[in-house]
Amino acid sequence: MTRLTARDLTLRYDDRVVSTRLSLDVPDGAFTAIVGPNACGKSTLLRAFVRLLRPSAGAVQLDGRAVSTYPNKELARALGFLPQEPVAPEDVRVRALVARGRFPHQSLLSTWSEEDERSVAEAMEAAGVADLADRPVHELSGGQRQRVWVALVLAQRTTHLLLDEPTSFLDIAHQYQLLELLARLRDQGRTVIAVLHDINQACRYADHVVAMRDGQIVAEGAPARVVDAALITKVFELPCVVVPDPVTGTPMVVPAL
Amino acid sequence: MTAVVLRRGRFSIRVERRTLVVSVVALVVIAGLALLGLCHGAVWASPAKVFAALTGAGGDSGVVIRQWRLPRVLAAVVFGAALGVAGAIFQGVTRNPLGSPEVIGLDAGAYTGALVVLTVLSGSSAQLITGSVLGGLVAATLVYLLSRSGGLSGLRLVVIGIAVNAMLTAVNSWIVLRAELEVAIAAVGWSAGSLNGLGWDDVGVPFVVLGVLLVFLAARSRDAQQAGLGREVAVATGVGLERLRLELVLIGVGCTATVTAVAGPIAFIALAAPQIGRRVAAAPGVPMLPAALTGAVLLLGTDLLAQVLLAPVPLPAGVVSTAVGGSYLIWLLARKVGRA
Repeated sequence: MTRLTARDLTLRYDDRVVSTRLSLDVPDGAFTAIVGPNACGKSTLLRAFVRLLRPSAGAVQLDGRAVSTYPNKELARALGFLPQEPVAPEDVRVRALVARGRFPHQSLLSTWSEEDERSVAEAMEAAGVADLADRPVHELSGGQRQRVWVALVLAQRTTHLLLDEPTSFLDIAHQYQLLELLARLRDQGRTVIAVLHDINQACRYADHVVAMRDGQIVAEGAPARVVDAALITKVFELPCVVVPDPVTGTPMVVPAL
Repeated sequence: MTAVVLRRGRFSIRVERRTLVVSVVALVVIAGLALLGLCHGAVWASPAKVFAALTGAGGDSGVVIRQWRLPRVLAAVVFGAALGVAGAIFQGVTRNPLGSPEVIGLDAGAYTGALVVLTVLSGSSAQLITGSVLGGLVAATLVYLLSRSGGLSGLRLVVIGIAVNAMLTAVNSWIVLRAELEVAIAAVGWSAGSLNGLGWDDVGVPFVVLGVLLVFLAARSRDAQQAGLGREVAVATGVGLERLRLELVLIGVGCTATVTAVAGPIAFIALAAPQIGRRVAAAPGVPMLPAALTGAVLLLGTDLLAQVLLAPVPLPAGVVSTAVGGSYLIWLLARKVGRA
């Protein structure tokens, strides 16, 4: 089943065309990783999913309905998005920032229901930032801050989580901590779509890998089925061998320069 | 940080305890300054006399307090709040504490509009407000179009706004020089920004206009706060950002221009109130309520100071606020440029 689909998208920034006739079905309840070289259009595709970029042709659909026809808050209750480098307002504390994730569930007359309170507490717990609740966000380390932003998206209680390079500015331990968290969320039934830089991490955690180059999807499927030396050479222009990961048995890319 | 939560059925509201305390304190200060404003004048009236006058008694001094001092004090509160939120709106939209209406030329534009109405139509209160709002909108559009390639943020918009401000100020001087003597004298006196001599006839229409604008703003202030998370997170959490920005800019221009139409350009309040309010309330972003309350306190205080400083010669509130605000602006610029 796929609730979220892209159909024949043309994506462009002003004159620069990034993708043409791009289609993708996002498998429900799975971890989808989008990989590819820099500027291959993977972030652009993610932005089209959450309406930060309007396709000049084609449409993104959720439950068979174009996302452009959804009311703002209704879409925000279904799709959560974490951009690459979000900036917290000055002087904001962790709990207050995570609470902003409840915005699509609130109205003028209901600004803090019991469900809001519960969702924020659970989101902070799940992201491992509950003990930081009263700290100012700007005092936190990069890894802690990224988990706070993840908590904000979790508090949104969406079925779909879209993350743009969530591990980019983290050290290796924090990278795996975050990927474990995303895998747990997938196990709880959420649909995770992440743009990842590290192909080995993508193979290790994703159920579905989407490899992109020059704005087009080159291959997609289960990592064990699609990731091989030929694909990596084609997508990244990197000569390599692919061996089984000694820990998980998933494909592992070793450059052969 | 603790919060107060009220819930009844589907209705629920949450306020930070600090915001609540600060708001109550600000309201008390406003009430105190307002009382002082009602007492002060050519003849000092005791608070007892003021309360008597407000209930309709008090003979001649009662008439003075009700007809002369009360509209002025209320104007200081309402105009100060309007300028405060206008500053909060533009500083929020530009994400820059310098992106205030008087810095980016909206006051000057509103003044141009009012001057045109004054010289061409000789203008009623409603015409003046309409002219001011149109002038403010033209200035806002000009700044937006000139800085569009840099986005609606950053120092670029502010620098272009300062240039537009300078141009419009020159246009204003030219209009005044070409105008008939009487109009020119009135226009120059007005350009200082003052609440001197405001009566009920002057403030009726502006109060209604500002009241409506502030109600609209109150309904949108949560969205505005959410927009402070930046475009990507705001859109992803369900803010209709383009429409919100347009509405906020219209409300901000409306507030600035309406005040300018009646009282002239009163500098500094819109610039300083949001930042002072934000710091006092220790709230993230540029929140509206602290900005409104601080604006009211500042304008009331400035107007009182203006009356006392060279008494019995009345000084325009705008002169005092410009003197104080100039120092603040220099400090802010020095800090921003030092950082850049």
